[in-house]
Amino acid sequence: MSDGASTLPTVQDALALGLTRAEYELVCEHQSGPPNQVELAMYSLLWSEHCAYKHSKRLLRTLPTEGPHVVMGPGENAGAVDVGDGLVCAFKVESHNHPSAVEPFQGAATGVGGILRDIFAIGARPIAVLDSLRFGEVGGDRDQRSRYLLDGAVSGIAHYGNSIGVPTVGGEVYFEAPYEQNCLINAMALGLAPRERLVRSAAAGPGNVVILFGASTGRDGIGGASVLASAELGDDDGQMRPTVQVGDPFEESKLLECSLELLDRGLLVSLQDLGAAGLTSSASEMASAGGVGIDIDVSLVPLREADMEPFEIMVSESQERMLCVVEPARVADVLALCERWEIHGTAIGAVTETGRMRVFDGSELVGDMPVSALVDDCPLYDLSPVRPTTPVYASPTATFEPDGVSPRDCLLALLSCPNIASRRPLFEHYDAIVQSRTVRRPEQADAAVLALPAGGALAVSIDCNGRRVAADPYRGTIEAVLECASNLACVGAEPLGTTNNLNFGNPEKPHVAWQLTESVRGLGDACRALDAPIVGGNVSLYNETSSGPIYPTPVIGMVGRLPDARCAGRLGFARAGDTVALVGPFTPSLDASELSKLRGQALPDELPDIDIAAVRSAQFAVRGAMRIGGLSSAHDIAEGGLAIALAECCLAGGLGAEVRLDAVAHADADPLQTLFGECPGGFLVSGIATGVRALGRRTRVRVIGTVSTDALSIQLGDVSLSATLTELTEVHGALAELFPC
Amino acid sequence: MKFGVLQFPGSCDEVDALQAARHVGDAELIWHAERDLRGADAIVVPGGFSYGDYLRAGAIARFSPAMESVIAFARDGGLVLGICNGFQVLCEAHLLPGALLPNANLRFTFRQVDLDVVQTDTPFTRALNGLARLSIPAKHSWGRYYADAPTLDELERRGQVVLRYASGHNFNGSLHDIAGVSNESGNVFGLMPHPEHAVDALTGDGSTDGLTIFQSMRLAVEEGARV
Repeated sequence: MSDGASTLPTVQDALALGLTRAEYELVCEHQSGPPNQVELAMYSLLWSEHCAYKHSKRLLRTLPTEGPHVVMGPGENAGAVDVGDGLVCAFKVESHNHPSAVEPFQGAATGVGGILRDIFAIGARPIAVLDSLRFGEVGGDRDQRSRYLLDGAVSGIAHYGNSIGVPTVGGEVYFEAPYEQNCLINAMALGLAPRERLVRSAAAGPGNVVILFGASTGRDGIGGASVLASAELGDDDGQMRPTVQVGDPFEESKLLECSLELLDRGLLVSLQDLGAAGLTSSASEMASAGGVGIDIDVSLVPLREADMEPFEIMVSESQERMLCVVEPARVADVLALCERWEIHGTAIGAVTETGRMRVFDGSELVGDMPVSALVDDCPLYDLSPVRPTTPVYASPTATFEPDGVSPRDCLLALLSCPNIASRRPLFEHYDAIVQSRTVRRPEQADAAVLALPAGGALAVSIDCNGRRVAADPYRGTIEAVLECASNLACVGAEPLGTTNNLNFGNPEKPHVAWQLTESVRGLGDACRALDAPIVGGNVSLYNETSSGPIYPTPVIGMVGRLPDARCAGRLGFARAGDTVALVGPFTPSLDASELSKLRGQALPDELPDIDIAAVRSAQFAVRGAMRIGGLSSAHDIAEGGLAIALAECCLAGGLGAEVRLDAVAHADADPLQTLFGECPGGFLVSGIATGVRALGRRTRVRVIGTVSTDALSIQLGDVSLSATLTELTEVHGALAELFPC
Repeated sequence: MKFGVLQFPGSCDEVDALQAARHVGDAELIWHAERDLRGADAIVVPGGFSYGDYLRAGAIARFSPAMESVIAFARDGGLVLGICNGFQVLCEAHLLPGALLPNANLRFTFRQVDLDVVQTDTPFTRALNGLARLSIPAKHSWGRYYADAPTLDELERRGQVVLRYASGHNFNGSLHDIAGVSNESGNVFGLMPHPEHAVDALTGDGSTDGLTIFQSMRLAVEEGARV
């Protein structure tokens, strides 16, 4: 080792990079002495929470990951499921929370760029993006930060996704106080590939050449994975802005086309994108997966700034770069193709038999580490979960006082509240139709629907109500999984696989550890019950600030398939005179509901029990009916309960409805509970009477009324409320004011 | 009848345009670095963000080798359709009058819009068969049509305004509600909305109105219309 006269970093330097004292000592053991600067930088990143999952790996091992449709499970850049006709769908959700809290536009943009690279790194062409966003409250007098983050994040997602030509087909957004300082920006992407084009990331074949291609390497994003992503946010994080990367969707568009063409022509042994921890993690993970070593010469890497140190080159998170392994005879072809797409392509290293990750600067060896130590030997930590005995979260601020107001006022207040109002002002920022696969656009159906070449279609949904998970991490997570499957059922699709992004606070705190443990237990139970295995995902911890943790937010993304795209369901009422029915289990409760939030009520200690089997039967019935054209519309009953679901079906269809709810109300229930209470598993469907009643063979069906023309009228005992479509439309458009010109 | 669809680095809707053109004839992609238009009877300059559009939308693409050939093709009377970014490229290349400025709301906006058909006797609208209003999606950040007052007067007088946003649909603030214009001789036509995304009811939100533009082009080529 030629460290020469340069001083070795100290334990203090290691602590500053996020390692613990014990971890530093372990590194010294693996290195038979103190690591040098390059080595310490690489260990600190690969042993960060972000790369090593050291607080979550043991929990994640409990999740179901196998099923008949799974082609590629966790551990690769993305998971993949078989969708028939020789095609697979690759998909994954990832977070870019902390970068976005520091710089929302670039944080969100590069979040999209990163998840897209994960998709084409396994050989799939990206066909859709969805986003899952969380911000603090908007609409109060303290909402400047939330509005700034919202505007920046939406603009950033639009900038990247629109420019690269991948449609943003769906998503969700919630506004809750615990996300005010620590917003969540999760992006999910789907890709499509012929089954034989899928490629893994494992390096193989000593003597093969390692080629870096795409953008040049700069100083952006240094330390992003360790310092920014694996620690709580502080008050002076403005200084962290240089650790946020800057995205270039044009560069990525060329990188995408070049990567897919390289794979189509069979020129690659393996392929990996450069994400968190840059070259360090890509090269090490490729070597680890293949059980080989890799030598890299940093003096060959194309740089944006000439005087970069070797450690900076190894840890830079400059965007739009890929790493591939190529047989020597094919190197010239690979480099020629890079030239055609006008991107850098440079041989920077080789696969070796050493089992070591060696970094050279020209002829000088500047870093030498066992691959296994870097990738596999990061210590894993058990959590110490303790159920909190006092409330973790303050009660929401009341914005609505229901005493003395009518149910109609409640309906209008809910319909205009930020968590329920129309998302149109957000999704109009996104190109939802490029690539000509989009069968259902945002707000036309509960799930996005994308046509497949042979006549079938993919359906995809992303969801999580963090407030309900905060009330009951186990049941709240089950509800999020059920909601995704219900969304798929509404368009006629059955689940093939699931991805997840676990957004939580600091796992070293017992109450957060408890949230995480319970949530993962719920996730496993629900995915097993629905036969929707987890094929990949991501964990984002330390989402907390001095004011406390975020609501626990296990964002669920689910992909399903329907046999005939032409039968894809819609959520809006379609024909005046159609029968309207409530389908499936319906046991509404105001606990942790949107109405309770508006009233400023504290979260309950737990949510009611869920009969998963009954929900699954209802999903089965709705899905089957939709597939044979037996229904005109289907919508699952979620935030705001039955009355809001009715209003949404009216708004989406431009029609009214007349319904009577006495038959579905429990005796002596508060009318507000029947109208606005929430629970999983209920659907609102419409169609010709025989088609609707046919659902009764598999689940409970209660006819509640008919579709009319221009107003929603609800009768419940002596309560009667009515609102015209014009009135509903006006309040539902409340979010428009968040996006002024 | 064969369409040639240009492909720049950063194009997004070129495959969509290719598929749309194939509903009415043969079609193939033409790489930006090629000068050979491969015997195409009509050219489509597609939507997207050519070369990243970092300088100004369409400003770099107009200098590409393929565009040099398209300019010559257009001068020779060949049919050229520019969609969205393609419209911007054609304006930058001075094949069409005017310019596209940032939307009045300063945001990328995706919306299904209604277009009033102003001219039905052009090579791009002659197959409309009495269809007076088209439902076609628009999606762009730089779509506000601008030309100075004398130019606008000329355009109106010569009947070069082919499509206008219907009342209430001009979200980008285009002058005179202009959604699509042709050149003076009528063989070059550009529009901001995307007809290639309204050719199949399944993915076109029920509209196939965009197909009529491609059908019109086929008809014009078959009639040997060199306007």
